[in-house]
Amino acid sequence: MTPALPASAGCTDIPVLRERGQREVFCGLTGIIWLHRKIQDAFFLVVGSRTCAHLLQSAAGVMVFAEPRFGTAIIEERDLAGMADCNEELDRVVDRLLARRPDIRLLFLVGSCPSEVIKLDLSRAAARLSVKHAGATRIVNYSGSGIETTFTEGEDACLAALVPDLAPTDQPGLLIVGTLPDVVEDQFARLFADLGIARVASFPARRADAMPAVGSNTRFLLAQPFLGETARALENRGARRIDALFPFGAEGTTQWLHAAAQAFGIDEMHFRRVIAPGRERAKRAIDHRRAALAGKRVTFLPDSQLEIPLARFLANECGMIPVEVGTPYLHRRHLAQELALLSPDTLISEGQDVDRQLDRVRASRPDLTVCGLGLANPLEAEGLTTKWAIELVFSPIHGFDQAGDLAELFTRPLRRRDVLRV
Amino acid sequence: MQLTVWTYEGPPHVGAMRIATAMTGVHYVLHAPQGDTYADLLFTMIERRGKRPPVTYTTFQARDLGKDTAELLQQAARDAYTRFVPAAMLVGASCTAELIQDDPAGLVEAMDLPCPVVALELPSYSRRENWGAAETFYHLVRKLCADPAPRQPGGRPRANLLGPTALGFRHRDDVTEITRLLRQLGIDVHVTAPLGASPADLARLGEADFNICLYPEIADTACRWLERRYGQKTVRTVPIGHGATRQFIAEVADIAGVDASALVDSSNLPWWSRSVDSTYLTGKRVFIFGDATHAIAAARVARDELGFEVVGLGCYNREFARDLREAAALYGVEPLITDDYLEVETAIAAVQPELVLGTQMERHIAKRLRIPCAVISAPVHVQDFPARYSPQMGFEGANVLFDTWVHPLVMGLEEHLLTMFRDDFEFSDAAGASHLGHGAVAAPAAAEPVAVAAVPDVGGWSAEAEKELLKIPFFVRGKARRNTERYAAELGIAAITLDTLYDAKAHYAR
Repeated sequence: MTPALPASAGCTDIPVLRERGQREVFCGLTGIIWLHRKIQDAFFLVVGSRTCAHLLQSAAGVMVFAEPRFGTAIIEERDLAGMADCNEELDRVVDRLLARRPDIRLLFLVGSCPSEVIKLDLSRAAARLSVKHAGATRIVNYSGSGIETTFTEGEDACLAALVPDLAPTDQPGLLIVGTLPDVVEDQFARLFADLGIARVASFPARRADAMPAVGSNTRFLLAQPFLGETARALENRGARRIDALFPFGAEGTTQWLHAAAQAFGIDEMHFRRVIAPGRERAKRAIDHRRAALAGKRVTFLPDSQLEIPLARFLANECGMIPVEVGTPYLHRRHLAQELALLSPDTLISEGQDVDRQLDRVRASRPDLTVCGLGLANPLEAEGLTTKWAIELVFSPIHGFDQAGDLAELFTRPLRRRDVLRV
Repeated sequence: MQLTVWTYEGPPHVGAMRIATAMTGVHYVLHAPQGDTYADLLFTMIERRGKRPPVTYTTFQARDLGKDTAELLQQAARDAYTRFVPAAMLVGASCTAELIQDDPAGLVEAMDLPCPVVALELPSYSRRENWGAAETFYHLVRKLCADPAPRQPGGRPRANLLGPTALGFRHRDDVTEITRLLRQLGIDVHVTAPLGASPADLARLGEADFNICLYPEIADTACRWLERRYGQKTVRTVPIGHGATRQFIAEVADIAGVDASALVDSSNLPWWSRSVDSTYLTGKRVFIFGDATHAIAAARVARDELGFEVVGLGCYNREFARDLREAAALYGVEPLITDDYLEVETAIAAVQPELVLGTQMERHIAKRLRIPCAVISAPVHVQDFPARYSPQMGFEGANVLFDTWVHPLVMGLEEHLLTMFRDDFEFSDAAGASHLGHGAVAAPAAAEPVAVAAVPDVGGWSAEAEKELLKIPFFVRGKARRNTERYAAELGIAAITLDTLYDAKAHYAR
């Protein structure tokens, strides 16, 4: 059912263009936008500047929530005068916040570029405040700063920060790691239950007090390709990663589920029987979109680290031709199987020098360029069709029943280009 | 430390970006970590610009700190010059770069680039976007403005239009409107800046006879300097509203020495406001919040030109707090000067106005409180950049204000009918105004003035249902009857009962 894959060692030979220069990407703070929707009793307090607050507001697009479960403690001039003052100020802000929001069970103090540069020790602050608010609210810290994290790495840092506090367990179990929309999470849970894998949990859980336990008999599957630190933290707790493709498209999802089934000794015939309906549905849904995508050339500019698995999906299941696949950071080990499935003609680039990369886009003129919001309209104005990368992060795209939607996200800009007569 | 949920203004370097993006031939090298590039999307998405803002970010990372961030900055400046060949360059730091104290100004000046370089010091931890824009514009003007050649006698008076920027609330259309107005007065616009201006245009500012400070938040500092340096007078009336436009014309005519008496007052606002349908506007309680200039202007229009009652007035930019306090005194309200969104929400909830004139933030507040709202000021969102011509200033601007502020309210005739059908099943007060969206119950098809149609076959109606039909307002009764009969026919229902009527209503309500 799944093709034999070359050993991961071979993939390190794949040539990668490494660039550094101006990066047109979000920082790790942006992950708060989906993380706070997932963990429903958590609050994310960025300790940063007005820029951080403005970024969250602009990236979130609209202010749907009157009092969202995130906010910024804006460092002001007088805070910069002395560190003792800064800690007292932070305590005051946290006290006020928790008094106003007694429903909050988990508070993240999120480090930013300014807090990192002034070396404000948020781990000590978290420890101090955890004692003060013991019994009511747990306080954890991580950094979403732009000097350390790129976009989705913020989620990685957030989850990694939670791992040390997960309860220990000796029982065998499967952990699905990475924030997924609830609907997708539930679909996967049903599939794993039908496969007969007992004790399957998602990390992060929807509530702070429902976080899964972890131990040396825990096996985990990454649902997202950007969770390097989280995987390492789980491995430090004895858990073992199941190497797999990422669950995008019919093939990716099949192989992802199959890797878990094998790890748990599920009978091959039973596996095929359980996944057959979903797999067939996914293939049918993708087939509807295939004609619009087949033979079209696509370039990914670096954004979320989803680029390589998505390029694999578009190439192998939709017949697209990836020209350049840029990623902010390439985790070679976690992506080894994915990389092996990409054509050697595809240029893989890591990091970014945006002006040079745009020169390459203008030279190769792909049919579709997947890029960030800052670049989309300027490229459209140059006659290049674009897809907003951020939609791939905010929309449910994993699993069998979203495979058609995923393909549809790429066909829409092409279809629009074809129907417009203005 | 200040706990912030939503912020009215960005950091000051975003203000500098608004100046650089508005102009041509200017490039801004910003010492900043990755992530700060988010600001590009403000211009490309919200304003739908087809070009990237002319900004190069140095994108330093943690591992660069204490090592070679200075070299990174010089490299970025060199590359940016080579690639974009700007006529002038801005150099500055974002909040994080300010902390590492690389001295971008000194570093880039030492490079001796073949174009004028303006070094910006915009303190991120005490100042904000509008201030940053004003400071950037002032420093550009100071650096680039050349002493004017002696003016030949004769010729039309010349004015500079100062203040419009990128990402400004209706700046594009205000410039068009005011330029047209000045032309009618026999005055030439010498330079409009920063919007659309090049560094060479800024060099010519001194040649104008006077300046028009269109947006004081952006242009006041530069206007004051030009006043001192070249003795140019400044027109300070902001022409938002009918009265303010007339006052603006008088002030311009006085400074330029032209006769404005022949100018045709083309505004519809006075008659639209005096016509009887507007009677219902009288005493509507309105809460106003925005940048000081727009908020103060809106209060005047609201009270004097629409007959509203101003029940709240505030601004988020403290730099103009004094002006706002003076205005608030005129209306006998407590001035609200804050950039705390929750405080504004509390204030609005407390006075329960019938209309909110505010920013995109107040639009969200009003939506939650189910109060009609119109946007009068930045911060902006994509819908504040309409495809159509829609100025806020001048006579056409006054027309736009009338339409956009009155539109969210229920129309006079509608209000009359609402009273008449207060207990009617569709026109109950609980139904609310239809524009408030999903919360409203059964939006009636009120827009269609359908006369009572002759119904050929009434045999199917029960007496009870027929009686209920008569309670429906006349102008939708015919439609209700037709819909009910079609529904009954489709379902093969022979006798139309009370239930059929309401089932049909529910069926067609989707």
